[in-house]
Amino acid sequence: MWSGWFQCRWVLQPCVVQHLRATFVLRCPAFSPGASKRLYTPQAERKRFYQNVTISQGEGGFEINLDHRKLKTPQAKLFTVPSETLALAVATEWDSQRDTIKPYTMHLTTLCNTALDNPSQRTKDQIIRAALKFLETDTICYRVEEPPALVELQKNEWDPIIEWAEKRYNVVIGSSTSIMGPSIPQSTKDIFISHLASYNTWALQGIEYMITQLKSLILSMGLLDKHLTVEHAVLLSRLEEEYQIQRWGNVEWAHDYDLHEMRSRTAAATLFVHLCTESATVKHKLLQD
Amino acid sequence: MALLGSPLRTFRGLAREFRLAQGGAGGSFRDVPAYRYLREAFRAHRVTSEKLCRAQHDLHFQAATYLCLLRSVRKHLTLHKEYHGKGDRTAEQVAGLVGLKLPQQPGGKGWE
Repeated sequence: MWSGWFQCRWVLQPCVVQHLRATFVLRCPAFSPGASKRLYTPQAERKRFYQNVTISQGEGGFEINLDHRKLKTPQAKLFTVPSETLALAVATEWDSQRDTIKPYTMHLTTLCNTALDNPSQRTKDQIIRAALKFLETDTICYRVEEPPALVELQKNEWDPIIEWAEKRYNVVIGSSTSIMGPSIPQSTKDIFISHLASYNTWALQGIEYMITQLKSLILSMGLLDKHLTVEHAVLLSRLEEEYQIQRWGNVEWAHDYDLHEMRSRTAAATLFVHLCTESATVKHKLLQD
Repeated sequence: MALLGSPLRTFRGLAREFRLAQGGAGGSFRDVPAYRYLREAFRAHRVTSEKLCRAQHDLHFQAATYLCLLRSVRKHLTLHKEYHGKGDRTAEQVAGLVGLKLPQQPGGKGWE
């Protein structure tokens, strides 16, 4: 039953997951999903076929070398990333694979692959629109009416974030207990659209991934603005679950498993966006004689 | 940001993750390029005055995010190995979970 549930969770991010899976399907036809005997049996993991992982600077940016081979994307494009820091982080991911390559632990590689290949073939506008869709059903805008303890908790934890966002972006958001959610004015959406439009395509892929993890545009903006830490954002996103855990107890193989998965995916997306947008400038102090 | 704690703590956490990631694979984590990069970055952004330095805060935020990534991936993988990723259990294993055994048919089941 749990493996089935696990598959369902993956279906939530079809483009990214399919995409990563494609890497291994393309290269090793023996591992095609149809070949497995049992329905939910995971694919065999590929052996670590390389010894050393290094990065090098090429024409299009920074590349990853696995021994003497260059890393490629699932669509067989050359894997190049715009920032050296990002390349180092990706190289570290490949280097920390022990006996077999575990794609589900390589979130930064996945994000880069998605940004390079753009498997869903979407334009910048489409990605922004998809991201904005989450504002209408933003997790932290939906409130419960009972039990009172949870009502209180949501008010105390989520209200400050909404207030921060309203002040920071000069918008009206509000919250609601109705199933229809709060009515977000068009001006608010326009402001967020123009804000997101200032990011490049790479960063937008990361932002969308982050939003789908947290199910909240507002929390994601908090991360982009460095107003929240990843741990805190994930906690706020899972507030009701945390409340239920407090009440009914923690189950390691469901709650902790989910928590760490969500944290790692959110952290990867946050880091990815920040590394894709920053331009490193080194300012040296003038020497005074 | 008070939530981030001290940069030294973050750096120590990162060093620990690199050491754990290295495992018993030989070689010190100090030779890992990413570790050396981070060490240099932390050194370069050390400031002498207590004024809020935007660049230092940015770096610390990224380092804390990276630490969160490495730590969560490690913990997730541990749980994954423990509980998931082995696929469906066989009928025998499922029966064994609740202390039952599948019936034995000495002469075969007839349809084999």
